[in-house]
Amino acid sequence: MLTRIASLLVLVAAWQAAALEAKSRLLPAPLAVLRFIGQEAERGDLLHNVGVTLLRVAISFAVAMALGIALGVALGRSKAADLTLDTPLLVLLNTPALVITVLAYVWVGLTETAAILAVVLNKLPNVAVIVREGARNLDPGLDEMAKVYRLDRRDWVGDVLIPQLQPYMVTAARSGLSLAWKIVLVVELLGRPDGVGFAINYYFVQSTDVAAIIGYSLVFMAVMIGIDVLLLQRLEAHVRRWR
Amino acid sequence: MSAVGADPVLRVAIDSKWYRPRDGEPVEAVRDLAFAVGAGEIVCLIGPSGAGKTTTLRILLGIDPAFEGRVAGAEGAGMVFQEPRLLPWRSVEHNVRLGLPRARRGRDLDDLFARLGLSAWRGSYPKALSLGMQRRVALARALADGPRVLVLDEPFVSLDDAAAAELRALVVDTVDRAGMSVLMVTHNVAEAIGIADRLLLVSRRPARLIADVPLDRPRKSRDRAWAEETRAGLAARHPDIIAV
Repeated sequence: MLTRIASLLVLVAAWQAAALEAKSRLLPAPLAVLRFIGQEAERGDLLHNVGVTLLRVAISFAVAMALGIALGVALGRSKAADLTLDTPLLVLLNTPALVITVLAYVWVGLTETAAILAVVLNKLPNVAVIVREGARNLDPGLDEMAKVYRLDRRDWVGDVLIPQLQPYMVTAARSGLSLAWKIVLVVELLGRPDGVGFAINYYFVQSTDVAAIIGYSLVFMAVMIGIDVLLLQRLEAHVRRWR
Repeated sequence: MSAVGADPVLRVAIDSKWYRPRDGEPVEAVRDLAFAVGAGEIVCLIGPSGAGKTTTLRILLGIDPAFEGRVAGAEGAGMVFQEPRLLPWRSVEHNVRLGLPRARRGRDLDDLFARLGLSAWRGSYPKALSLGMQRRVALARALADGPRVLVLDEPFVSLDDAAAAELRALVVDTVDRAGMSVLMVTHNVAEAIGIADRLLLVSRRPARLIADVPLDRPRKSRDRAWAEETRAGLAARHPDIIAV
């Protein structure tokens, strides 16, 4: 923890030194960024934009996780499904996020649905591929046990399947969350009238206000790291408690 | 003859069982293996390792339906696998209750846990327990619903002598008290001679029945001399299955 704080202080100090040296509004000092964050918060724009973006991240994250897990299990359990869907999945995995986003806006229109769809399509293949790995590694001995003791579907899913997939699901969630929010910003920049991505683009085009760009980025990064530490890491510790 | 009455609890008649690996020669695991287990009888299936004994159990329990023949009586049987096959992410109590159908899952199991010496471990995760204790949990799961038939696959293997003897005594005591029938696979001849009412000797692959040997002496009066004499007699008649 102490090392972490020290490394952060060094980073801020280096930033301050560089800003003093440059004396340019294109490289604002830490305090200038902090001032912008304060002003933007007072106007209410900060809370609104961060809230809107967070909501988009949450919805697309939830949808992508749910669909990705279902798809991953199907791919891992069924040879036919895997053969059929492997190629489309590979195509989707290797299509640039920007292309998926632009196509979603072109084909669905400049709507909230298109924005969410674009993020989901970007993230879903990653979740499916990670969960597929888990579904391939299920313990056949436990399946035999479930059969001999006539466990019904509900017991099998809750007691046998999900606990074996949990480590994979948590990995997918953690890598997926950071992926999702970065893509949400691109999606907002390209076709939404609000959100952090929109705000960053606005300050860039209007006035090249670097303090604003860094300010928004810092605030949102802090929120996402907070979610990871407070929520996902605790969830991970919880699912590993029996080890 | 043996204690099999007019109405056996368990009937097995496997005409043949083939394994057909995708890349490799097909292997015949079982051929013309037929036997029955009577009410309250302890029967041990003995044979060389890899002889198809576990395959026979899997067929009997309906895990492997791809075979020729007929099996009956194992519906609702309690099963103890060679590996305990507990859910490591669930408590001992939860694991045992999974042996019960949902409708009876809330029933009182205090007696069962006490009898198997597991009362103190009900809330533990299986990984906190020794292999011997994990086997007890697996046995508790098999016994939870009070089955008529108990099927055991090498349940005492890789335990130290004391733990194996203790668990063996628990099993015999439980099934005698409840009048359960037991089919147990083992390659430990001394163990089988100690507890079985009847021994079934099976051949190398493909597994066939070679001998059906009743052991008439009551379990309580089986002493060392008798056990050694029985073993020597078996070894003389079936030298390829039972080492001297």
